[in-house]
Amino acid sequence: MNKDLFQNRYNVVRIIIVVFAAIFLLRLAYLQLFEKKYDKIAFDNAIKEVEVYPTRGLVYDRKGELIVYNEAIYDIMVTPRLAKTADSAKICSLLKVTMEEYSGRMAKARQYSTHKPSVFMKQVSLEDYQRFQEAQYLFPGFDGQVRTIRKYPHNCAAVILGDVGEVDDNLIKSSNGYYKPGDYVGQSGLEKYYEKELGGTQGKKFIYVDVHNREQGSFAEGKYDTAARAGDNLYSTIDIKLQEYGEQLMQNKKGSIIAIEPETGEILCMVSSPGYDPNLLCGAIRGENFKKLVFDSLKPLYNRATLATYSPGSTFKPMVGLIALNEEVQGEVYTVPCNGFYPFAGLSLKCSHHHPWATNIEYALAQSCNPYFWQTFRNAIENPKYDHIQDSYGKWSDYCRSFGFGSKLGVDLPSESRGNIPSVNYFNKVYGEKGWHSSTIISLGIGQGEILVTPIQLANFYAAVGNHGWYVRPHLVKTLQQVHEKKDVKPEMKKSYATIDTRWYVPVNDGLRQVVEAGTATESKIEGISLCGKTGTVQNSHGDHHSVFAGFAPKDHPKIAIAVIVENAGFGATFACPIASLMVERYINDTVADNRIAKQQKMIETNLLEKYAQGKNMPITNGHH
Amino acid sequence: MRNNEKFTGNIDWLSVLIYLALVLIGWAAIYSAVYTEGLSPFNTVGRDTTVNTGKQFQWIVASLIIGAIILIIDGKFFVTFSYAIYGIFIPLLIGVMFFGAISHGQRNWIRIGSFQMQPSELAKFTTSLALAKYLSTLNIDIRKWKDKWKAFAIIGLPMIIVMVQGDAGSAIVFVVFALVLFREGLESYFLIIGGSVIFLSVIALVTPKLWYLWVVFLAVAGILSYLNFKNRQLVYIITGIALVASVYVTGVNFIFGHLKSHQKDRINVLLGREVEKGKDWNIRQSIIAIGSGGAIGKGYLQGTQTKLKFVPEQSTDFIFSSIGEEFGFAGSFLIIGLFVGLLMRLMYLAERQRSKYSRVYGYCVVSILFFHFLINIGMAIGVAPVIGIPLPFISYGGSSLLAFTLLLFVFLRLDSQRLEVLR
Repeated sequence: MNKDLFQNRYNVVRIIIVVFAAIFLLRLAYLQLFEKKYDKIAFDNAIKEVEVYPTRGLVYDRKGELIVYNEAIYDIMVTPRLAKTADSAKICSLLKVTMEEYSGRMAKARQYSTHKPSVFMKQVSLEDYQRFQEAQYLFPGFDGQVRTIRKYPHNCAAVILGDVGEVDDNLIKSSNGYYKPGDYVGQSGLEKYYEKELGGTQGKKFIYVDVHNREQGSFAEGKYDTAARAGDNLYSTIDIKLQEYGEQLMQNKKGSIIAIEPETGEILCMVSSPGYDPNLLCGAIRGENFKKLVFDSLKPLYNRATLATYSPGSTFKPMVGLIALNEEVQGEVYTVPCNGFYPFAGLSLKCSHHHPWATNIEYALAQSCNPYFWQTFRNAIENPKYDHIQDSYGKWSDYCRSFGFGSKLGVDLPSESRGNIPSVNYFNKVYGEKGWHSSTIISLGIGQGEILVTPIQLANFYAAVGNHGWYVRPHLVKTLQQVHEKKDVKPEMKKSYATIDTRWYVPVNDGLRQVVEAGTATESKIEGISLCGKTGTVQNSHGDHHSVFAGFAPKDHPKIAIAVIVENAGFGATFACPIASLMVERYINDTVADNRIAKQQKMIETNLLEKYAQGKNMPITNGHH
Repeated sequence: MRNNEKFTGNIDWLSVLIYLALVLIGWAAIYSAVYTEGLSPFNTVGRDTTVNTGKQFQWIVASLIIGAIILIIDGKFFVTFSYAIYGIFIPLLIGVMFFGAISHGQRNWIRIGSFQMQPSELAKFTTSLALAKYLSTLNIDIRKWKDKWKAFAIIGLPMIIVMVQGDAGSAIVFVVFALVLFREGLESYFLIIGGSVIFLSVIALVTPKLWYLWVVFLAVAGILSYLNFKNRQLVYIITGIALVASVYVTGVNFIFGHLKSHQKDRINVLLGREVEKGKDWNIRQSIIAIGSGGAIGKGYLQGTQTKLKFVPEQSTDFIFSSIGEEFGFAGSFLIIGLFVGLLMRLMYLAERQRSKYSRVYGYCVVSILFFHFLINIGMAIGVAPVIGIPLPFISYGGSSLLAFTLLLFVFLRLDSQRLEVLR
């Protein structure tokens, strides 16, 4: 047996082992018992907070027809901090971008945040998205995000419905982190006005992600998740068939049609022509098309029905008549001699029509006699009841305002014009307090001069006249269907009363009926429908007169009030009036009688675009500003 | 009958129990590392083709069978054929470099059907046999240089071959045989100087700021000098050593700093640093996993770092981080306790051998297991360089499990026969 000389080294080896084991335990105690930061690091590694996007609400027309819905598309998102090791060459080839574009997009994402995801590439096709998904493990930091884009199956009503686009920087900043780059919000029309309702509320969920940032199930069984609240569905007041028909009638013309149900204030159609296909502003093609539309000289993005202001012309005559009657400065029966001109305060004003002397308001309206309404206006302004013109005109303008003229009606769209009812102060300023008389402002008597109205104000006025003195704020949405709460909400609607006594509507409405029956608009008679209204041929400084018609039907308990303006088209009776009558007939009878098909075709086929092109750079807003 | 009783009675069942515990813990930890919802632990055709617990189970069974066979055959077989086994194995080790199968980027595998194994794992075993045989030869004195060289050659030959194969990690393990030589009489200064040089080089390269080391050296020297202030000579020596050490680490750092980048890379690889991207990703994630385990862990199969694949090589090199994450300090403590317990037990067994062969072999087993334990866990907790070697009995992989089982059970068999040896 060998003698073991080195047995003491047993202990040395044991000590070595124990020392190292002790070092390990100390290190582990430090890591696991005393240092707390690793908990959070591991949590941040593995658990990601993601937004749950609600589905955007749908939009239906008044008959329940679907007019706006959603379609799924995919955005590629990137978290720059995690994307350092991504195979950039492969991504470029999959998504068909160049390396320069790649760097540019990454730089943009980094600018927003290095550790929060933002959009790398918008609206990738399903096919590209699937290829991306298969190779996603090669692209840490990259992720797909399902989004929806809007679809408008009827290709019309663009300015009403509006569009949805990417949220801008200001909104991101002011939203306290609710919106992130790449989120979509309504940009115009109902999409914008009802953004809160349509957009719903984002939810949040906490998910596990693996090292490649791929989802691996929900954290804590979803205990901390909040569900998204789906957007409300809108039931619009629009009759999409009528809208389509109106757009067809107005094609190749500038102008607008606005139809309101007088009893409820519900807007039946709102045509602004030329329009555009709302689908042009959806998805990847949006940016390019938006540019085109913005620079189009015919301003298709401009909603003429609520934003354009015009002199109302003769369509304002009922207003002038009603005021005089209510002020009792003249009776229903009142004669103004008309020899085709009106000698007044050194002015020689002409009547545009040739007709026998008007002996009452009905006939004056039917013949649209200018001298009659000059005199009527003058009677009201020179009313002996008032000492000063400031008082009489002040009263006069208040009557106008009580019908909604001169201020925003409050239609549920993002923007609206006020129009203009010139104030007493305005005239005082322009002419001096003692410097203006009825003769100074006489053109107001026939709806010219400083008075400006929007087509929707005009339609609203005729709705009020049809209702004998009251109207409901015109609106586009009648019901919000709260999908989440499973209940329907109807916005509260109140009647607004004009300050004209109801009895005076009887002669005025008789007159408006006579316009169509025996006056300036006889060509637009509709069999079986008592259409009432007034033509207007509006002088303006930008070319031919605007053709205007406003009215309602039937005479008693009207179902529709309408205003039509065809810019630079000439007499009211030639374009606006037939178009209005076709719209009314189509709405009430659901069809157009055979003997009026030729008229319909003529309206559809009329093309005024060349005419517009001759008067280049014509501003949209006419009359005075 | 009498033989049989003696057979079971003399086996060190405590070691076998610790072995079984480690193997089963390993299997469970691997299952957790590859776990996906609904995955059976016995599934062999899992989604993950490189790691699956079904295969590991088969290897465990195979290892137990081999262990049992070893306990039945006569231990004298290994004693007698030590050189023969070592001798046959050397050409085999060389052969796989040319004729072996390629796996994990290295041509050093033998493939039989679907089973593949790395002969380099077995080289540690055959070297242990040969070294035990040599050192137990009469009149061999490791303190004499002519005997020393032969021992170095026995260790060095397979080490160099494995190194040439490109498996630097496995090659470095052979260094630990120095511990065996030390136990058998190798002069202490080999261990001290060798250990110091390695230690100082490594810490010189891994310490973020060089002056940390100067402070530590001078502080240690100061304390030691204070304790021995009466012995002037010793104080001078201590101070001298501290200064030499400071100069040495500064020199290492300076030279490293002025190397060309590809040379730096080589040293970084040796230190287990990843050269290109990711840098310290593996270790950082491993430390996060272990650190986030806390006192008692996140619970079995609940480790997010583990399950969501944040720690690379989770079931092999970084298996310890899975245990640390899911069982916390308690689990880590248990693993370290089991290993230290096993090592202490094996050393105790080695010391009680009458045969020098058995004792030397026992120390070989202890040294190899210790080195793997040291590097693997040290790497996972960020105190040792990243050298990709498995944690014995726990890491995924058939070759290493079979090799470690063989290594251990041959010793247990020798131990069970210790009374038969008269020398």
